[in-house]
Amino acid sequence: MSAPPASPALDTFPRLLLHHAAVRPDHPALREKDLGIWQTWTWRQVAGEVRALACGLAAQGFERGMHLAIIGDNRPRLYWSMVAAQALGGIPVPMYQDAVAAEFVFVLNDAEIAYAIAEDQEQVDKVLESMSEVATLAHIYYDDPRGLRNYEGVTSFERLQEIGREFDAAHPGFYEAQIAKGHAEDVSVMLYTSGTTGKPKGVCQTHRAFIASARGGCAFDRLTADDRMLSYLPMAWVGDHLFSYAQAMYAGLTINCPESGDTVMTDMREIGPTFYFAPPRVFENLLTQVMIRMEDASAPKRWLFRTFMAVAKRCGAEIMDGKGGIPLGDRLLYRLGSVLIYGPLRNVLGMSRIRVAYTAGAAIGPDLFRFYRSIGINLKQLYGSTETCAYVCLQPDGGVRLDTVGIAAPGVEIRISDNGEVMVRGPMLMKEYFKRPDATAETIDAGGFLHTGDAGLIDSDGHLKIIDRAKDVGKLSGGAIFAPNYIENKLKFFPHIKEAVAFGDKRDHVCAFVNIDIGSVGNWAERRGIAYSGYTDLAQKPEVYDLIRQCVEEVNADLARDPVLAASQVHRFLILHKELDPDDDELTRTRKVRRGFVAEKYGVLIDALYGGKSVQHIETLVKFEDGRSGMVAADLRIEDAATSGQAAPARAA
Amino acid sequence: MTSAARTAGETILELEGISLAFGGVKALTDISFDVREHEVRAIIGPNGAGKSSMLNVINGVYRPQQGTIKFRGRVRRDMNTHDAAVQGIARTFQNIALFKSMSVLDNIMTGRNLKMKANFLEQALWVGRARREEYAQREKVEAVIDFLEIQHIRKTPVGRLPYGLQKRVELARALAAEPELLLLDEPMAGMNVEEKQDMCRFILDVNEQYGTTIVLIEHDMGVVMDISDRVVVLDYGKKIGDGTPEEVRTNQSVIDAYLGVAH
Repeated sequence: MSAPPASPALDTFPRLLLHHAAVRPDHPALREKDLGIWQTWTWRQVAGEVRALACGLAAQGFERGMHLAIIGDNRPRLYWSMVAAQALGGIPVPMYQDAVAAEFVFVLNDAEIAYAIAEDQEQVDKVLESMSEVATLAHIYYDDPRGLRNYEGVTSFERLQEIGREFDAAHPGFYEAQIAKGHAEDVSVMLYTSGTTGKPKGVCQTHRAFIASARGGCAFDRLTADDRMLSYLPMAWVGDHLFSYAQAMYAGLTINCPESGDTVMTDMREIGPTFYFAPPRVFENLLTQVMIRMEDASAPKRWLFRTFMAVAKRCGAEIMDGKGGIPLGDRLLYRLGSVLIYGPLRNVLGMSRIRVAYTAGAAIGPDLFRFYRSIGINLKQLYGSTETCAYVCLQPDGGVRLDTVGIAAPGVEIRISDNGEVMVRGPMLMKEYFKRPDATAETIDAGGFLHTGDAGLIDSDGHLKIIDRAKDVGKLSGGAIFAPNYIENKLKFFPHIKEAVAFGDKRDHVCAFVNIDIGSVGNWAERRGIAYSGYTDLAQKPEVYDLIRQCVEEVNADLARDPVLAASQVHRFLILHKELDPDDDELTRTRKVRRGFVAEKYGVLIDALYGGKSVQHIETLVKFEDGRSGMVAADLRIEDAATSGQAAPARAA
Repeated sequence: MTSAARTAGETILELEGISLAFGGVKALTDISFDVREHEVRAIIGPNGAGKSSMLNVINGVYRPQQGTIKFRGRVRRDMNTHDAAVQGIARTFQNIALFKSMSVLDNIMTGRNLKMKANFLEQALWVGRARREEYAQREKVEAVIDFLEIQHIRKTPVGRLPYGLQKRVELARALAAEPELLLLDEPMAGMNVEEKQDMCRFILDVNEQYGTTIVLIEHDMGVVMDISDRVVVLDYGKKIGDGTPEEVRTNQSVIDAYLGVAH
């Protein structure tokens, strides 16, 4: 055994906590809005609470290497539970709070959970319900006592801490000794993958990995103890663990827990976070709300808004990136707009103080992305997964681009394999999948590279561009890479296009099915006085084909700019006579296209696309919402789209 | 207090031979029933059976021509609304009676009015007792807001809220008065299934957590049978049934009243 270092290294989270309690004892560590008032805990107080909690768990028999299930919304006590478990050499296992009891059973069994901390009655009920199928589960603690007074066999958080304080008094030095035993290579947390493909897997991350990740992230965006963050995303998700736990514990910054899921917007305005993360969906909802409210504003206000948003669109993002070549007039107008429109707008969104905002998890639309950047919100993208402590790529300030996910983060090596798969190596890789050496070996190769399963490419500036899931990527018969999702997403960014399905694997060129968005195209048609009876009728209007062709050709022009993807421009397309629907098994319940099924069902259309036909008759069986089914028949037009880099072919039809 | 909350205790309210008439219309005829501490007591019946009149008699909006009301051991001919409130009876209304342009918070604060001692001048100048009281009362109100999970609409004017939430705000105002007896007039009328389930849960939570005795009027038989301990059935102003949900369900005159009877 090696002797402990003379000055305690800050290489585990419990040590970081002690460090902050000593260095900045009165700095706010956590806030929670309770009964309408923000309650604050300083680092010193948090250290005290965690100590009592850890000793309580120890007194109850929690030992090194054990797993502690943590279930609930973002609550200070649940975050404390994580450090407390780590202080004892245990491993916290945060679980998704919206999962049903049956889903709990798998994780509780897989992680051999004996101790669980649940937020409230709802979670306690689910844990109790799964208890009959989880042999190991013996101790349940709860945070919010509401509705739990008559429950037996569960212990309150206060009681646990009381037991802890008694234990601490009787065993002086125990707590410090436990923390001293901790090692950077110990597993610090186990996060379960979502399990969309098969059973969830427990990803084991070490203190070293998460601290490296936090250090990298904090250095990259210059996060300090004075930053503040709103924690509202599930604690079981790797992003929250990095942003709200690892980075906070590393930098000593302040975490704010909203009052409830419904109050996040209000709480955000009150707290004014400096660092913010949200999936694209949240940014989209916020923008929609703003636009709807602007519609109701008076005419002069609407004019002001439109005028200055046009200015922002023209030069806002460039000004933030510090680019040159912007006319002085625009700069002055933008300055004026900041006072009149952008500043107040940021304030309404609760984003006045934001220095860095990230989004990830899904493709973000170009208009959406540009909107936030143009009003002065430093929105950036990152790329990573549970296996890599949330990120491997980050977009640097001033180097933000829509279609890439940024450059390799400090200390990360990225390689593209021969078949186009992104592979990464670095300090933040997971140690292993829990009890799944087979899956671990499959994911991390002998060279220490983790295979992400995503297909991507690195452009000349070193920016990584993710194009698709590796298993979906095919090849055109000419040998060029074909990434259907990438093309479909580009098409779907147009408000007129709701769904798109691209074909091209082992073919000469790419063709696509398109579903129009009936709301958006219907509105467009009404304004032009185009009469239609329903979806099928509207979809086959020549004017609509013209509209969609413009979209397709814009995508083509965009694809042509990238030498690797230029070959996958869409040559021919058709608009489907019915909307793709989960009820007809064409989409999954989460609205992802089941490409194989669609290709088979509409084989005759694909043949027509590649056979050069201009019209194809089709009859399809559809299920209605009331369970009845019927036939939809139509003669579908098939049209060519101009591709860049060659003369536009004559229009068929 | 432990599991006692859900087991009914002593009788706290006793109605004896209540008759109420508006001119020639007999709204209630010779009705007697009792309410025990901590129970959920439902009053059901077809339209116009006199259910709301019954509640109005209990909290003093109507004065019955005959009969006595015994609340907490004190017998009287009629209640008056102020007395009822002082003695710990709070209620909600069938057609929501909130201040539409005031915020949710302010509406619920009005439920604490009786507990405030500061005089008009102190309140107007926001000094001394008025300020201290408001802080203390606000804390109670916030506890209710937390309990009914309406934090997100705290500052929203009531008029802008959907119906289901307004109903919840009204319940919140009644709860803010920390009542011993809570009268709910059709708390679930006009709600969708999900809102009904929420409301049921809140009513049971109130009953369990605070031990509040609840008298409620409801049309939805499923709801009534699920959450009440005992049920009174009225028809044309007369009591035709009284007992546990099971007893009432099998009572022939109740079945006749609800399903109609061949004449």
